Amino acid sequence: MVELALPKNSKITEGKQWPKPENEENLREFRVYRWNPEDEKNPSIDTYFIDTEDCGPMVLDALMKIKSDIDTSLTFRRSCREGVCGSCAMNIDGVNRLACTTAIEDVRGSVNIYPLPHQKVIKDLVPDLKNFFAQHKSVEPWLHTKKEDPKEEWLQSKEDREQLDGFYECIMCACCSTSCPSYWWNSDKYLGPAALLQAYRWIIDSRDDERDERLDKLEDPFKLYRCHTIMNCAKACPKGLNPAKAIASIKKMLVERRVSK
Amino acid sequence: MNKPLSPHLSIYKFKLSLLMSIAHRITGGALYMSMFIFMVFLVSLTMGEKYYALYSLIAGSWLGRLVIIGITWAIFHHMFGGLRHFIWDLGRGFEVKTVDQLAAISLFGGIILTILYWLIFYIT
Repeated sequence: MVELALPKNSKITEGKQWPKPENEENLREFRVYRWNPEDEKNPSIDTYFIDTEDCGPMVLDALMKIKSDIDTSLTFRRSCREGVCGSCAMNIDGVNRLACTTAIEDVRGSVNIYPLPHQKVIKDLVPDLKNFFAQHKSVEPWLHTKKEDPKEEWLQSKEDREQLDGFYECIMCACCSTSCPSYWWNSDKYLGPAALLQAYRWIIDSRDDERDERLDKLEDPFKLYRCHTIMNCAKACPKGLNPAKAIASIKKMLVERRVSK
Repeated sequence: MNKPLSPHLSIYKFKLSLLMSIAHRITGGALYMSMFIFMVFLVSLTMGEKYYALYSLIAGSWLGRLVIIGITWAIFHHMFGGLRHFIWDLGRGFEVKTVDQLAAISLFGGIILTILYWLIFYIT
């Protein structure tokens, strides 16, 4: 349901100002969302100052510097630090992206960092993505076949494989789904761009035998048709993929299927 | 544990494409409501000269004109928005650059057509 304002326990307050380093020449201000489940306070924004000469170029470098040098309690997910794992997805400067592939230099003014939008927060920048992954599971993102299993692997031609370009590269970082207002208001029923992109990836796989069943499952006013082509998803995707286009393709397949029946 | 909800609308950067999506809905709703004004116009016609004169007086006031100009803008804006969705329904125009261009076209197209329409109306 559409709820424009945050619930009472989620309203953000001004947090702690951490000390500035002595060399103030290349100082950047980082304003970071904090919430600790162990004290019973509302979320707050802490302000940190980083000397960029003494720090790596990416926003993730700054977060790790804060954690190691200033405030060890700062909590965030990270792993590969090169845009492959999708762990460090967060809202930076008003847009969802990966902290590891976002240069500090590219953000103007103070760097505002929030967890992925409209998600339950576990701690600081760590959102609860249970529902997001359950939705991914619900599209059954694996091969469904009816033929007899081959002796080795299921093969497909180079051309058929190329059909999957732009869809298989998804790293499930959740930048797209959590950027989508439709998903904000209906994440209980609407599958969201990430799960639908994956659904499409399996619908068009030449080796899959259950295209019709997959389409049947998606033909639903909420699961699929809550997409109103707002386009925040494609603009947020750190891998340059286009979930909106995949969703439109599913809608088109459903219409074509109905017409040709 | 009562987990807080992370902020959304208040922190997300508003892109033109997002604003045009909202505007498409608002103009759609406004056009629906404007049918009421059209109905009042039709009813005043059937009720005779006096009532039609009253309608004309209200519609011709600066506020009335503003509302009617607003309705024509809503029509043109919503038309461009509809065409945008028509292109998308064909599976085209999803490149981020094209999306921005389409958003700009519906914003400026709606405004320009409204100005042209009323210029022609007042000149002729």
